[in-house]
Amino acid sequence: MRPPLAQRLGHARRIAAVLLSSQYAYMLEYRAEIVLWALSGVLPFIMLGLWSAVDAGGGLGMSSLQLARYFLSAFVVRQFTIVWVMYTFEEDNLTGRLSPYLLQPLPLVWRYVAAHLSEQATRLPFVAMLVGLFFLLYPAAFWWPSLASVLLAMLATLAAFALRFLMQFTLTMVCFWSEKASALERLLYLPYLYLSGLVAPLALYPEGVRNFAFWTPFPYMVDVPARILAGETVPVLQSFAAMAAWAALLLPINLLLWRRGLRHYSAMGA
Amino acid sequence: MGRYLSTLRIFWIASLTAELEYKANFVIELVATAGNLVGSIFVLSLFYGRGQSLGGWSWEGALVVLGVYTLLEGVTSTLLQPNLSTIVAHVRTGSLDFVLLKPIDSQFWLSARTFSPWGLPGIALGAALIGYAAWKAGATPSPPTLLAAALMLVASLLILYSLWFVLAASSIWFVKIWNATEVLRSVLVAGRFPVSAFPAGLRAFFTFVVPVAFLTTVPAEAILGRASGPWLLAGGAVAAGSMALSRWFWQFALRFYTSASS
Repeated sequence: MRPPLAQRLGHARRIAAVLLSSQYAYMLEYRAEIVLWALSGVLPFIMLGLWSAVDAGGGLGMSSLQLARYFLSAFVVRQFTIVWVMYTFEEDNLTGRLSPYLLQPLPLVWRYVAAHLSEQATRLPFVAMLVGLFFLLYPAAFWWPSLASVLLAMLATLAAFALRFLMQFTLTMVCFWSEKASALERLLYLPYLYLSGLVAPLALYPEGVRNFAFWTPFPYMVDVPARILAGETVPVLQSFAAMAAWAALLLPINLLLWRRGLRHYSAMGA
Repeated sequence: MGRYLSTLRIFWIASLTAELEYKANFVIELVATAGNLVGSIFVLSLFYGRGQSLGGWSWEGALVVLGVYTLLEGVTSTLLQPNLSTIVAHVRTGSLDFVLLKPIDSQFWLSARTFSPWGLPGIALGAALIGYAAWKAGATPSPPTLLAAALMLVASLLILYSLWFVLAASSIWFVKIWNATEVLRSVLVAGRFPVSAFPAGLRAFFTFVVPVAFLTTVPAEAILGRASGPWLLAGGAVAAGSMALSRWFWQFALRFYTSASS
């Protein structure tokens, strides 16, 4: 007999609180490392340097302020959508830590989700400092996004994180069958790098490539949230619908592979 | 010297045998490297496609820079990354003791112990792109050009090695330094583009602070036969200086090494 809904919800809330606070304490121990990871996301700033030097010639269709705001927003969005579940899962699998985790009465995925969210919380102050430094160096680019666009951008970033997590976690299931599955993530990272809008706003892509890109899930992971944050007009409903569609496609595959993988799983070294 | 060469041969054959256990990785690496190159060329085309140029470089010239970058990335995943990533573990577990006791130079052992064939596609693709783009750009392979190009490529490899080694050797003090090499890697991405394409502030940063300019732009100039005397001299000087620095830094760091249990 299942306990009533209110009781189950309260139980879930308590588990979530414990998971998040313990993971946050754990991540705080590694804050120096997390700062270095955050610093390694400088790509949007390098690209901003290139695009603004080109823009001095004029005629991009985007002003230099728009470019600066876009790339700063892309940097922020990227910081809160970084996913590394594949590497952790691979290590947990190879070292045998997966077995005790699987025995716990909690779907394993929530442990990883909590770790990611806590890591983002640890990043937050440092990212805020970098944003402050950016405006100090480039005060003309400063802007106050409206409350609505901040909330919407946060929602879009969270959705982007969820989609990217789901995508990588689906690929992670290959770990059940192969020892070096994380090499596959390199392949998944390629279209992400070049189609997500990290190297240039998709508005600057040739039209054919841009139309193609919006049929893939990648532009919704950086370009769309970044443009919302930078205060540009974005087809919001259409974008969220596309993200939901991709999630609806990936989720069943993920669940299927997870069940198949668990059946195949036989604990490393056993 | 002969002893070092024969040791190197044994090291590399052993690691090659171990790595070839994972043959599927070769296909993945080849696809990843080729895909990355296509992506980089696409990004370049975003700039050149609208009739603009990067810092006054022609399309073919920019491709030579990209080729040098791809080559360096290949060397990084063949030698630098697999070797220098182990220093951290040696320091943490204390097995650096055994390395120091070996009758061979410890910096050499740590820098050349393993060889990972997965970077070879990058080296080959980079070399091919350099050759094709230089030919398209109308560079003539005259002996002085070839000599200058070879010298500047060696200089750039030495600078890259020193940057990686100094960062990795810092793990003697900071055990968790490995992420710092990720920061280095992400900054070096700037080397995909000619350094003159950046605004003045960044250009100074990429020349004097992190010498990205000497890693890709200067060798590309030499390959295109445009190298000027002062830049060649500066490239050689930076390479010699950074090698000497890495040597000195290792000796200095070892004085602070107190093994794992103490």
